[in-house]
Amino acid sequence: MSKHQDDWRDAAIVVEGLEKSFGSTQALCGIDLRVPRGKVLGLLGPNGAGKTTAVRILTTLLKPDAGRAEVAGIDVVAHPDQVRANIGLTGQYAAVDEILTGRENLIMFGQLYRLSTQSARERADELLKRFDLADAANRTLKTYSGGMRRRLDLAASLIVSPPVIFLDEPTTGLDPRSRNGMWDVIQDLVSDGTTVLLTTQYLEEADKLADNIVVVDHGRVIAEGTADQLKSQLGGERLEISVPSGTDLALAERTLLEIAGSNGLADSEVMINPETNQLTVPFALGGRGLPEALRRLDAAGLELTDLALRRPTLDDVFLTLTGHAAEAEQDDDASTENAA
Amino acid sequence: MSTNTYPAPTTMPERHVAAPDLDFVRRSKPVSVIADSLVLAKRYLKRIPRQPDWLVGVTVMPVMFLLLFRYIFGDTVQATLPAGVDAVNYLVAGIIVQGIVFGGMNTGLGLAMDSKEGLMDRFASLPMARSAVVLGRILADMAIAIFTTTITILVGLMVGFRPTSDVVDWIAAVGLMLLMAFVLAWIGAIIGLALKTVEAVNSIGFTFIFPFTFLSSTFINPDYLPGWLQGFAKNQPFTLLLDATRSLLTGYPDSGDKGWMVTLYLLLALVVLVPVALWMYERRISQS
Repeated sequence: MSKHQDDWRDAAIVVEGLEKSFGSTQALCGIDLRVPRGKVLGLLGPNGAGKTTAVRILTTLLKPDAGRAEVAGIDVVAHPDQVRANIGLTGQYAAVDEILTGRENLIMFGQLYRLSTQSARERADELLKRFDLADAANRTLKTYSGGMRRRLDLAASLIVSPPVIFLDEPTTGLDPRSRNGMWDVIQDLVSDGTTVLLTTQYLEEADKLADNIVVVDHGRVIAEGTADQLKSQLGGERLEISVPSGTDLALAERTLLEIAGSNGLADSEVMINPETNQLTVPFALGGRGLPEALRRLDAAGLELTDLALRRPTLDDVFLTLTGHAAEAEQDDDASTENAA
Repeated sequence: MSTNTYPAPTTMPERHVAAPDLDFVRRSKPVSVIADSLVLAKRYLKRIPRQPDWLVGVTVMPVMFLLLFRYIFGDTVQATLPAGVDAVNYLVAGIIVQGIVFGGMNTGLGLAMDSKEGLMDRFASLPMARSAVVLGRILADMAIAIFTTTITILVGLMVGFRPTSDVVDWIAAVGLMLLMAFVLAWIGAIIGLALKTVEAVNSIGFTFIFPFTFLSSTFINPDYLPGWLQGFAKNQPFTLLLDATRSLLTGYPDSGDKGWMVTLYLLLALVVLVPVALWMYERRISQS
C-alpha cells in the first residue's frame, strides 16, 4: 500500500512544510496540518495570518512554492482535477450568482460537478429542502437574507457530497442568529462523516465546531490542540471585573496585578477592554481566593459593577500566544448585508 | 496516471459519507469544454432579462443611435458620402459595429464581476473545464451580438435601409461582423481579467476602445477627418470591416479586398488573443 493511501486511511488532509510567497510577502512559512477523516479542524487566526492562502492551495486555486499537500489521499499539485472532484469550497463571500434563483444556482453547479441534468435537478431540490430553502427556491438570490445566501453557498459545495469540505470563514458578516443557524448546519454535516477544514477569526466558532484547533499567525502554526488543551495551556481561571466608566483603569490594573501576584502568578498580564471597562487577569486559587481578592479591590477604593471567575476563552489563548488580540470586531459593518 | 475525462468523486476506502445516488456524465476533455461553456453561457443569458440596464444596453441603445444618426445627423452624414450612397445604408453597418463594441466590453465587465463576487474562485475549485469560464461568457456575448445585430437591421429596414445583397453576401457580411464581435469579446475578456475592479474595466472600455471606433468610417466618411488622422482612420480594422460590409450589403464602392484583409487581421489577432486571455484567467485565479 502506497504512502498516500496509507495516510488517507486515517487523515483526509495532510499538509507538510507548505510555503507560499506573494512577491516579498511570505504568506505561509512552512505549515504542517493533519486532519483525521470525519473530523473538523479549525484554522484560527487574524486576517492576514495565512488561513485563506492555505485553503486556496488545498482547493487547487494556488500552487505552493514548497511543501506537500494531499486532500482525500490525492496530491493537490499533481492531480488537481481529482482533488476538485472530491472537495467542496465555501468561501469568505457567498460565491453564488445573485441574479439566478436558488434552484438555478444549484442546478448549474451540479452540472459543473459533471452531474447529468436530471440528477442535478433532483439533487438541487433535495438540498433546497434540507437547507430550509424550498420556499425560496424560485426566487433570485437578491431577495435572500445573508443567512439564506450562506446556506445556499454551503449547499452548493455539498452537491456531490464530497468527502472533504473547506469552509473559509463561513459566518463572517452574519448576525448572531444566522450564525447559530449555520453552526447547526455544519454540525449536521460533520455527523455525516464529512471532513471539514474551517477557517475562522471567531474564537467561539472554533471552540464550538472544531475537534482540533490550529492557531496560525504570520504564516506559522503557533499552537495546536483541542480547545480544552489550548485553554489549559494558560492554567487556571480568569478573574474578570467590570468597573463604572470614569474609573481609574491604571489603578484597577495595578490592583489586579497585585491579586495575581498573591496567587503566585506575578508576571501575568491584565487584559483591559476600555470600551466595556472590563479587566481580566489569570487567577489560580479558585473560589477560596475570592474573599482576599475582594478585600484588595475594596482597599484600593475600586467600585465594581460586576465580578466573575471564569474559564479562559480562546481569546485569552490568542492574546497569550501572539501578544495581540484576535480581530473580531472589524466585521460589524458587513453584518448589515443581511438587511435585504 | 493521466485521465482523459474529468473525474467523479473517488470511491473512497471505507468512506464515511453516505454518497447520494448521483448520475455522473463521463465526457472527454474537449467535449467537457463545450458542455461546461454551454452551462455558463446559459447562466449569462438567463441573467440578461433580469437586469434591465443590460437589457436596455443591448436593445434600446443601438436603436437610439440609429434613429439619432438617421434623423438628427442624417444630413451631416449624407454630406460626407459619395454621390449615390444613401446615409441610412451607410449608417446601419456603423451602428452594428457600435453595438458589437459595447458587447465586447460586456465580456470584460462580466468576468470582472465574477471575479469580484468570488464566483471565479468557486468555478476554479470545481472539476470543470477551466477555459469554460471565459469561453462560456464569450459564447453568451456572441448570442447577444447576433440579437443586437438583428434588431439593428430590422429597425434599419423600417427607417429606409435598402440592402441589395443576395444570400451569400448576407452570410459574408454577418459572418464578418460576428468575427469582429468574437475578437472584441476576447479583447474585452483580457481587459476584464487584467484590471482589478469593475469600474476600471468600464472606464478603460469607454475611454480607449469607444473613441477608437469613432476614428474610422463608423459614422462618417473618413475623407472628412483632419488629414493627419486619415492615414489611421482609413486603414484601421474597423474601417476595413465597415467598408467591406457596406460593399456586401449595399454595393458601397470598395476596392474588393478589404473583406479578406480584415478577415486575415482578425484571425491573426485571435491567434494571439485566445492564449493570452486563457493565460490571464489562470493568472487571475492564482493572484492573492
